[in-house]
Amino acid sequence: MDWLELKPEGLFCAPGAFYIDPLQPVAHAVITHGHSDHARPNHTHVTATPETLAIMQLRMGEGRAGHTQQPLHYGQVTSVGDMQLWLAPAGHVLGSAQVVMEYRGQRAVVSGDYKRAPDPTCVPFEVVPCDLFVTEATFGLPVFRLPDPAHEIGKLLHDVRLFPERTHVVGCYALGKCQRLIALLRNAGYHDPLWLHGALLPMCRLYESLGIPLGELRSATVAQKGEMRGGIVLAPPSAIADRWARRLPDPVVCLASGWMHVRQRAKARGVELPLVISDHADWDALLDTCRATGAKEIWVTHGREDALIHALGKMQIQGRALRLIGYEDEDEDLTTGAPA
Amino acid sequence: MIEFATLLERLAFTPSRTMKLALLKEYFTMAPDPDRGYALAAMAGSLSFAAVKPAMLRALAMERIDPELFALSYDYVGDLAETVALIWCPDAGQHTDMPAPSLSEVVHTLERLPKAEVPGVIREWLDACDASSRYALLKLITGSLRVGASARLAKTALANIATISPDDIEEVWHGLEPPYEALFAWVEGKAPKPDAKDAPVFRPPMLAQPLENVDLTTLDPADWRAEWKWDGIRVQLVSTPGGERVYTRTAEDIGKAFPDILAIMQDLGSRVVLDGELLIMHGSSVAPFSDLQQRLNRKAPTAPMLRDMPAGVRLYDILFEDGEDLRSLPFDTRRERLESWFARLNPPRMTVSELIPFSEFGELAKLRDAARSEGIEGLMLKKADSPYVPGRPRGPWWKWKRDPLTVDAVVMYAQRGHGKRSSFYSDYTFGLWRTVEGKRELVPIGKAYSGFTDEELKFLDKWVRDHTTKRFGPVREVAHGLVLEIAFDAAQYSKRHKSGVALRFPRVSRIRRDKPVEDADTLETFIRAFL
Repeated sequence: MDWLELKPEGLFCAPGAFYIDPLQPVAHAVITHGHSDHARPNHTHVTATPETLAIMQLRMGEGRAGHTQQPLHYGQVTSVGDMQLWLAPAGHVLGSAQVVMEYRGQRAVVSGDYKRAPDPTCVPFEVVPCDLFVTEATFGLPVFRLPDPAHEIGKLLHDVRLFPERTHVVGCYALGKCQRLIALLRNAGYHDPLWLHGALLPMCRLYESLGIPLGELRSATVAQKGEMRGGIVLAPPSAIADRWARRLPDPVVCLASGWMHVRQRAKARGVELPLVISDHADWDALLDTCRATGAKEIWVTHGREDALIHALGKMQIQGRALRLIGYEDEDEDLTTGAPA
Repeated sequence: MIEFATLLERLAFTPSRTMKLALLKEYFTMAPDPDRGYALAAMAGSLSFAAVKPAMLRALAMERIDPELFALSYDYVGDLAETVALIWCPDAGQHTDMPAPSLSEVVHTLERLPKAEVPGVIREWLDACDASSRYALLKLITGSLRVGASARLAKTALANIATISPDDIEEVWHGLEPPYEALFAWVEGKAPKPDAKDAPVFRPPMLAQPLENVDLTTLDPADWRAEWKWDGIRVQLVSTPGGERVYTRTAEDIGKAFPDILAIMQDLGSRVVLDGELLIMHGSSVAPFSDLQQRLNRKAPTAPMLRDMPAGVRLYDILFEDGEDLRSLPFDTRRERLESWFARLNPPRMTVSELIPFSEFGELAKLRDAARSEGIEGLMLKKADSPYVPGRPRGPWWKWKRDPLTVDAVVMYAQRGHGKRSSFYSDYTFGLWRTVEGKRELVPIGKAYSGFTDEELKFLDKWVRDHTTKRFGPVREVAHGLVLEIAFDAAQYSKRHKSGVALRFPRVSRIRRDKPVEDADTLETFIRAFL
């Protein structure tokens, strides 16, 4: 596919003259989802789902989420130059989208980040048949066959019952993981108030305003220590084992992330109760998805691309590693210790 | 298996020692015999199944997964058992209703199964287990548990059941066999202490504290004895009617690697427990530690190794003689007993560690600094009236090590660590400058993976990630931009290294962010200074 190319700013669609999730400010950016490594500030014109635009607005503040914004609902086709563009659900977080491009009878799909596991807080991934599929590979190793999230929530609730005098503090990313955890807890029948770190509340309020109910949420920052005993507290991963957590009575440090699947990763983070819950496709989902698109060519943006490309080769699908620097999994900070 | 798997999982993630002890104690109290005994044996490393080799597990995994994918996964996870446990896809068509095996079923089956049938049985077990039990099973049968609970911790938990000391368990331990039913009966008060009788059991050794923050002027030199601290392996030689043993100071039985020493003890036929330093000796001269390392790396030495690297023991102390426990006697008295025993038997390939005469500590300090010869790590100071007390009491014995040597070297490559450090680039290859045909280049001289704090490790890891220029699998080549002060115990010539030199026990002593790489040391000055 010669009309999609890699430039220093990011992946560039030549006939439409736009970038997808560019790393630097550009004239026209199409944004797959609101995580800060994909949605960066100060583009001139931004195309994204209405939810993603709202998330960008909240995170970046007025004026920085694109001078002009073009909301595009899932499936709504728009013409850019002499090509067609539309967005399809990616199932990663609220508003997350795959970018579908058609030009001269060829179709390319850029997945952004995605998952296939069910998530009550966003529209499920939709397979779009295409010639070129550009995928992520965060969990692109066969050791990553991730368990059912309901099982992991069961593990947490069991532990909460087992240690009623302790406080379970769950590290989770502010956008997506946090709201999904809350929804999973509610689905599992847990309706007690949840205590939230200040950094997580605004995004939860936005989710609620966009029609995702989350039940009763309270601020952990202003709560009395005793109030939270026996409860569940959600906080950014950087806060759970830091000074912030000292306000919690006898905390059990939990972390919700796909990385928790490898026990040495969990250990290295000092996690006492690892919860293997991920917003990325696991190994089987990556292979199934690549196969299902029918694409003859697969590009891999970031992650553990070597194994995925090798496995695709065995399926007679040609893979290419883009090695886009700058896209990190939102949980990668868990392993490197870099700021979130 | 499920209870054991749960225990391993909780131990792995519980940071606190107290909690770990509580978990172990709970498990040992709740689990039935003989399962708990086999669990204890696994943690103590006293289970081994000759038919189970890492290569076999790898081959089993390879039946179901592409070798390339397996290699990439193993490199990422950093632990073979965990990789296989996670990567294993149960064969959906078969064994669906087979339950996971119990610990004792695993042990008893592997003990009697012909070698050729072992892989098939393990395959069935892996299919019957979930990922967590697969991990426990693989750890158990490879005998490399290392799961956040050492043998010592397990014995301490056991001792807590009976409120005895873990050293009490240590003293009977080597007279017992898995599944340790007599031991459990004793700690639960259902049976008397197992009698080691004539078994060659291990006696917990007496260790020295480093001589730091000690005002030597407050000590009377006349009360103290000085010896060289030899750079070998501290061993305990045990000879009883029940047999001969060579133990390390952590109670590991290394007799098989040193049949030459065992043979000498057999020939002597004297019932003693001796404390000494295991060395490779050519006549009276001590060979470099790397020779001893080669012997230690082999489960059983080859004939040329026995000929070219003969082992010897330099004796420090005598703990038992003809069934008499000498440990409560003062050091001077034990020393007389040791010398007289030695004079009577004159054992080959053994020497008594000499006492260094001195009248003031200043003389010793000079001797210590001057001692650069092979095999000397520093000095030991022992109080003349000190009884032999297990553990590391502060006061009676001091070790007074030489200051380490240091060199300023440049980081060239980094590699991910294993285990707890698998997410960090924690192994650093460093090099020195040399000039070849008028061109200045770096040549690697060694690798260090210790000596830094957690904070420093975070810095180094980030630095490596930010300065990577090339990747070779798990190894990253980095830009020449960071100087490390490397501490080491000795330098030697080596044919195996491109630079022609090798370091003994190199570790990072400081990160020299202040030092420009051009100012790091050269190979030439290094050789002049240390070789």
